[in-house]
Parts: sequence; structure tokens; C-alpha cells
Amino acid sequence: MPRAFTPKVVTANALLEGDVVYLTEDDRWTRQLTEAELIEDEAHAQLRLLDAEMRPGQVVGPYLADAVAGPDGPAPVHFRETFRATGPSNYAHGKQVESKNV
Amino acid sequence: MYRYTDFDAAFLAERNAQFRAQVARRIDGSLTEEEFKPLRLMNGLYLQLHAYMLRVAIPYGTLNSAQMRQLAMIAERWDKGYGHFTTRQNIQFNWPKLADVPDMLDALAEVGMHAIQTSGNTIRNVTADHFAGAAADEIADPRPVAELIRQWSTDHPEFQFLPRKFKVAVTGAPNDRAVTAAHDIGLRIVARDGQIGYRVLVGGGLGRTPMIGKVLADFVPGEDLLPYLESVVAVYNLLGRRDNKYKARIKITVHETGIDEIRNMVGDEFAMRKAAFAGIDQRMLSEIESHFAPPAYETGGTESFDITYAINPAFRAFVDTNVDKHRQEGYAIVSVSLKAHGATPGDATAEQMRVMADLAETYAHDELRISHEQNVILPHVPRRHLPRIYAALRRAGLATANIGLISDIIACPGMDYCALATARSIPIAQEIATRFEALKLEQDIGPLKIKISGCINACGHHHVGHIGILGLDRAGVENYQITLGGDGTEEATIGERAGPGFGAEDIVPAIERLVHAYLDLRDDPEETFLQTYRRLGIAPFKAALYPAEAKADAA
Ligand code: SF4
Repeated sequence: MPRAFTPKVVTANALLEGDVVYLTEDDRWTRQLTEAELIEDEAHAQLRLLDAEMRPGQVVGPYLADAVAGPDGPAPVHFRETFRATGPSNYAHGKQVESKNV
Repeated sequence: MYRYTDFDAAFLAERNAQFRAQVARRIDGSLTEEEFKPLRLMNGLYLQLHAYMLRVAIPYGTLNSAQMRQLAMIAERWDKGYGHFTTRQNIQFNWPKLADVPDMLDALAEVGMHAIQTSGNTIRNVTADHFAGAAADEIADPRPVAELIRQWSTDHPEFQFLPRKFKVAVTGAPNDRAVTAAHDIGLRIVARDGQIGYRVLVGGGLGRTPMIGKVLADFVPGEDLLPYLESVVAVYNLLGRRDNKYKARIKITVHETGIDEIRNMVGDEFAMRKAAFAGIDQRMLSEIESHFAPPAYETGGTESFDITYAINPAFRAFVDTNVDKHRQEGYAIVSVSLKAHGATPGDATAEQMRVMADLAETYAHDELRISHEQNVILPHVPRRHLPRIYAALRRAGLATANIGLISDIIACPGMDYCALATARSIPIAQEIATRFEALKLEQDIGPLKIKISGCINACGHHHVGHIGILGLDRAGVENYQITLGGDGTEEATIGERAGPGFGAEDIVPAIERLVHAYLDLRDDPEETFLQTYRRLGIAPFKAALYPAEAKADAA
């Protein structure tokens, strides 16, 4: 039996800053996972990944990451994606400080 | 210390100009990431979890104050005000922006530094004993030959596409502080009948398949060393497996081919290659050696030291723990710990870098070293300056007296930064250090090396930690596996796996049980953790780690 599709977001690293970005429904790259498009359909996921791969001038290494619907928008499933979404745990660097200024 | 020649400077300037143009072409869209990635990696630029990372080589860990200050400037101007020193004696900047990297490389070139061959399947930064040129037990300074190897291997046309990366370490002392047995090639300087030569170890390495290097040659005379090394790498270049990344390192080649067969092949290769060297390497070496002449040692009294040592217990603790014997009367080697309890192992702020640079320049013959244990060394310190150095370090938060103790932990960046990680390492190191600081047990426990890696690649050397910790991803949860009894010295040993791993909340209590078991089991306070482990074997430590299982077995 094929495995049931689990919801995904398209994520990558920004070309210039290298930081983690997510693809939104309206084709922007956002720094916030909560603003990402949560994709519930497998065929659509593949299409969105192709869309992302067509923008090599903006991002590096797009891929589909598991996510779930949370109260504020998509939330990470795996702890790696949690760290990518928040930043390192030893310093208040990266998204955890930048998000305050958004 | 070695100074770049005009040739080196011109070579670096050209490489940096090339890379500047490549970055511009990537940004304007003329280069795809597939095209650009190998180019950026050749220049030490990685893309990690949250940002790019620039890895800068510090050849054999040696720096002067101008170089250290430049690293501080780079950290402040283009990064977040700090740098991370690694187990390969490199420094990594964790937050550069792509467009800034060419400027960073130019700034490095101003002080003769670069990021070339800190990545890719090439011969990487040559590492050496961080006490080189200063240690009391040294036969000869390993840095001139390390520099010779650096010059020979940099941009060596035959060795730009090896089957896999290739790491060389050199020690000039019988007490191996450079973990030579865990390198693709480990060189140990030895003396035989008054002649200096090299014992050549091959096929050591950690990672997925940890192996201790095997002796390929017991004694290679100095004039044969470079052609001999070239022969080893040439044999590997042909034999090494390019079909399987996990079997591509020379340790697997040696394992599959057999050390005797490798030795024969290297011998044949050597016979062909030796003539081509025609002594050029030896002329280069003697030129290089002149750059590594010992400093002009002073002869001052040590009264200020003696008085402070007698009356200041904190200073005494610092000296007893962080200061080593120098070969020169009246001198000492100072290890500056980058492991303040609760801090990130190996990180130094720009301000701290400047303090260390100033101290080196003012008091210590302008020399600094980076150790593979992620600390900074002032190798040539007149003892009379120790009180002043201590006071300055203390003001900068750099006087933690824990070298070689339980909180002097090696930790790789792990999943806080590294894209390859399967779990975090830094928070585990921070918690262990903070916990044992709170227990006030550190001095009582004595010498104990904990080493933590955030994945099987073992950059944190966990296999050779007395206690090794490996972070893994077990079904989407961080899990930490313990190995025991590893040793990175001349008696190199790969640690033994203790049993099932522990969750992130359980790993620190597990380490605590282990250490308490040691304190109960040791014959006397002089017996170290490793000695107790070797005397009793793994069983009592396992029982401490897994008390429930031990009880069930007893029932
Ligand atoms: S051991 Fe793994 S996680 Fe740690 S730095 Fe090396 S590759 Fe990254």
C-alpha cells in the first residue's frame, strides 16, 4: 500500500543570506514558517517544488519538508525543521531575533 | 613563523579575484548552483542550516597577533562578532553573507590567510601538535615539515580530485597531542642513531568506520619524506574507491588491500618518484626552517610569579591546570580555555580574540596556537608575566581553569549549525559543564576527556573521548550514544559502545552516574577515569549507566 501523503511546505536557503526560507501561496519567499503554504496534495507539492526549482536566482536547494497545521499556520514535524525555523539554541541569533523586527 | 612569499601573495590574490567574479556570476544568474557549489567549496564556503559558513585554514594551528586581530575584525564586520575554532585547527564564521565573502577572503589574504582546500577531496589543512616548538618533550618542531607539506599539497595538480578528502597530522613529540593515529596520514618525528626521521602511520580515521592508523614505515629519513608521502597519496589516488563515498577514505583502501601490499606499492612508487625531487624539497625545507627559529628567549627573574603563586589560590589553580612545562627555563606554555562553563566550546568573541592577540604581542613573542581541543595556546610565555596574563584573561572571561578536565569538552557545531547533523552537540556540552560546575566535582574528578559529535562523521572525535557522545536521530527524536575508553594519544584507542542511547533529557544524568561510578571505583584519587576503565573494563560502567538492566540481571 502506498504511504499516505503527509502535508508539506517548500523550503530552501536564500541565495544571498543563506537563511531558511519558505514558499508562500502567492509565490513569495518568506522567512517565517507560519506564512508558508501548507500543501496537502501530493501532485500539487511536486508542482510547487518545480516552481521553486525554477527560481535558482533566489534560493538554493529547495525541498519538501513535512509540516502540520498549527494554530498560527504551518508548524514543523521533525526537530531539524524546528531548528531551521527558529535558529541555533546556543545564541539568540538568526530567526529568533530577526522575527522580532518583522 | 612562516611568512608568505610574493609568489604566495600573488597566488592568493589571483584566486580571490577569480572567486569574486564567480560570486558575482552566481548572483547575477550566469552560474547555477550546480556550477557554483564546487567553486565555493574550493574556497571554503559551505551552505549550512541557517546561513553560509566560511572555513578558514590556520595551518598547523599557528597564528600571530596581527592574524588573530584580523579574524576579530572579520567577525565583527561581516559576521556576528565571534568565530568558532574547530577540531581541525580551523576557524569557522557562521553567518557570512554571500556577497561579503570575497571581501572577507581579501581581508584574510592581507594577513596571509585563506580558505583554500578546507573542503573538497583534496589534502586538507595540515594539523600539528599545538605545543610545537615549545613542548619540553619534543624531539623536533613539526611545523617546518607541516609547512613543507602545505606548500607541496596546495594546488598539487595530481591531488585535486582524490577519491575523498585527505587529512595529515604531524607530531614532533612522543606524547601525541595531535591525534596522529586518527588521520589519513599521521607523521611522528622519531630519532634513530642521532638522525631525525618520520614514523608514517596510514589509514587512521574516525567517522562511520573508525580505525587507528597502521605503521606503514617505521623510519623514513627526512630527505625521503616528501617523495614517500607523494607515493602514498598516488597509490591511494589509484586504488581508492570512487564508487562508494563511504568506502572511499584511505582507511578502507588499507583495510581492503592490506598494509603489506600497500607498503609494497608505495615502495615501487617511491623508487620512481624519488629522483624527481632532486633535493629541491630539502632546500625549501631549510628555508622554511629559518622561519621557525626559536624566539629570542629572555632571562628574567620569576619572583613576581612565585609570590603570586604563593598568595593567590585562584591563580594557583589556573597555573596548575592550564600551564604546561616549556622546554626553556623560565618559560611556560599557557592554554587559554574557550570552555567557560556553559559557553559554546571553541567560540571566541572578537573582543576575546583581541585580548589574546594583545597578550601574545606584549608578553609572549607574538605567537598563538589553536588546539584541536578548541582552545587557544600562548606557546612562549616568560613565567614572570603569568600573573599579568592571568589577570587580563580573567577580565575577558578567558581564565577558566579547566584544561583537560570534564568541562573542557570538544563539541562539534552539531544541529545548531551543521547541515549534516543528526542531533545537537553544543547544548549537551553546555549542560554537562554547568552541571559538574554546580556539583563542584571537577577538580576531584581530574583528567577526563568528553568529546561530542552531532553525527556519525565524528568531527567532535567522540571515538577517542574517554567518554564519547554521538548524537543521532532515532525516529525523529534526538538520541545520544555513549562510547567509553577511547583515547586520542600515542596509545590511540577507539572507544567501546556502552549500549542503547539516551534521550536529550537523560544524557546528562547518565554521564553523572558514570562519573560517580568512577569516583567510587578508583583505587585512589591519582587513578584517572581512563586508568580505572582500563583496569576494570566496561562492565561496572555499564551497570552504572543502565541500573535497571543491572538489577534485572542480578535478580
Ligand atoms: S560531526 Fe556531523 S554534525 Fe558535527 S560538525 Fe561534523 S558533520 Fe556536522
